[in-house]
Amino acid sequence: MQERDPRSLRELHRLMLVARRLDEEAIALQRQGVLPGYAPAQGQEAAQVGSAAALDPARDFAFPGYRDLGAAVALGVDLVAYLATHLGIWHGGLYDPLASRLAPFNAVVGGPVTHAVGWAMGAKLDGTGGAAITYFGDGASSQGDVHEAMNFAGVYRLPVIFFCQNNGWAISVPTGRQVAGGSVAARAAGYGIEGHRVDGNDVVAVFEATRAALDRARDGGGPTVIEAMTYRMGPHSTSDDPGRYRALADERAWAARDPLTRAAAQLPADAVAAAEEHAAAVVREVAEGLRTLGAPPADELFSFVYREPTKALLEQQRAWKETLDV
Amino acid sequence: MSELPAVSVPPEVSAPPELSLQQALNLALRHACEDDDRVLVFGQDVGTLGGVFRVTDGLQDKFGEHRVFDTPLAESAIMGMAVGLAMHGWRPVPEIQFDGFSYPAIDQIVNQVARMHYRSRGVLNMPITLRLPSFGGIRAPEHHGESLEALFAHVPGLKVVSPAGASEGYHLLRQAIADPDPVIFLEPKSRYWHRESFDPTAEVAMPPAGTSRIARPGRHATLIAWGAMVARCLQVAELAAEDGVELEVLDLRWLKPIDADGLAASVARTRRAVVVHEAPLTAGLGAEVAALVTERCFADLRAPVQRVTGFDVPYPAGALEDEYLPTPDRILAAVQTTLEYRRG
Repeated sequence: MQERDPRSLRELHRLMLVARRLDEEAIALQRQGVLPGYAPAQGQEAAQVGSAAALDPARDFAFPGYRDLGAAVALGVDLVAYLATHLGIWHGGLYDPLASRLAPFNAVVGGPVTHAVGWAMGAKLDGTGGAAITYFGDGASSQGDVHEAMNFAGVYRLPVIFFCQNNGWAISVPTGRQVAGGSVAARAAGYGIEGHRVDGNDVVAVFEATRAALDRARDGGGPTVIEAMTYRMGPHSTSDDPGRYRALADERAWAARDPLTRAAAQLPADAVAAAEEHAAAVVREVAEGLRTLGAPPADELFSFVYREPTKALLEQQRAWKETLDV
Repeated sequence: MSELPAVSVPPEVSAPPELSLQQALNLALRHACEDDDRVLVFGQDVGTLGGVFRVTDGLQDKFGEHRVFDTPLAESAIMGMAVGLAMHGWRPVPEIQFDGFSYPAIDQIVNQVARMHYRSRGVLNMPITLRLPSFGGIRAPEHHGESLEALFAHVPGLKVVSPAGASEGYHLLRQAIADPDPVIFLEPKSRYWHRESFDPTAEVAMPPAGTSRIARPGRHATLIAWGAMVARCLQVAELAAEDGVELEVLDLRWLKPIDADGLAASVARTRRAVVVHEAPLTAGLGAEVAALVTERCFADLRAPVQRVTGFDVPYPAGALEDEYLPTPDRILAAVQTTLEYRRG
């Protein structure tokens, strides 16, 4: 057993609890018809919060998939703006990615993994000491982009962390039928880069592994693959039915390893109670924000396609406006 | 492709009055790197070798391995890396070695490069210029002779450019790199070694992005082309002139945005239009051009817009290439059809 800093565990637990309660609220809002769809993150809070909390927001940058609410919470992203994607307001969310240090979230699994490599090269060229972290799952690890990205990062020794949340399932396909050899971390050796497995439900272990990878990246030690072994306790999305493909016994076994319960067990009861109070307040605020968040003005449909819009696009916008006026 | 003839780059100080397209593009990259130290040139073999067509020849020596670098052989990661570099504030000028090998990068180009500005509501800029040796005509092996302009022009968020020769190549590449949006720059490889009189040191006011150019004025019909087909249309115009037919040749240059005004002005004068492209007929860019001309010049037109194109077949092996590419005879036949057209 390693020595644990109760203050940092308290903070990490607080962030995880916000992510958990907000996740529950998002599912409730989906059931009420407020959110058209949602990708629950329950069970993966330790992996997401532990890794993102280790970043230095002044110089690092994170590249999320679509199930990384915990990373957004840990980075202090505007959560209404973050959830706006699930609300169907704007693909990629309404938050400012540069200020938030979180790229617009991406539905193409594997796609942003190469972006993190490019960003890390940019940071290396600039000598800022910044590092990139990219989130993907065991399913995405089957994508060619993930291989290409790891190979590039290995060749150029880039300051990037490939953070795989192995939650056991790529929708309905288990890791055993997804990842040949069974381990994403083991692949790192083939690229000549560091690879580690970590207990993804232990928030402090994840934090420490990420911090170590960041230190190595900043010291010129190159990239690291971290495979956080965790479990998606809920469905893949609110349209999914995990009862069709996995056993209740497994779900129960993993529920016993709930990262929130494990963290709370190491904290005094008053700290947990205070965290619950804080999370409830955040959830109230975010839910209220989501309910009052209107659709953007309709002509924003045309606004951000180009920095310098084409004449044809401006003509389409003008013609569209004319039909509205009629 | 190492057997392809390499043309050495002329000394920078005393540029000769004649330059090939390959030399002009090299010069444009040099000047872009000099003017903006955020410009990065990368791709397969662009460094030590200077590219399989030597377009990046000498750039790594001059600007260093951090500005001009070779990548592993992976088109998707090349474009994905460009996205990340652009997000970090760099100005990436990646090369994908041949047209047909851009398909492995389509997800990054279409889903990521083209949409990042939109997805981030204008916060993240993608000033990426993808250089892509394109089109056929050099007896190359499979996947080295495709014409992908319609595919890229169809994607919101991308701009698409193709130069016809050295002068256009230099200026359009400078313009593409300076553009704040992603530009797919299609280089007609059959024109790489063709030299033309061009002084890159002369001050030339390049017309705004999205404009076409009258490559040869004429009054009986407009031939509309881009890339390597501009030279072929000029050849056809020369032949037609022997019979007293004066063909105007319009070099589109920007395939997205298309210069609809320029097209309409020319066709309104000549009242007849023939679009010529290497890509297959069906859903090719010729259909877009024909629609634009019809929308804008319906009353002026004396005949339906004709199309002379490649066929709806995979780009053929070298031995059949001449049958596939629009020949002067096929173009002249279309000209004759439009000139002799009578309403029923």
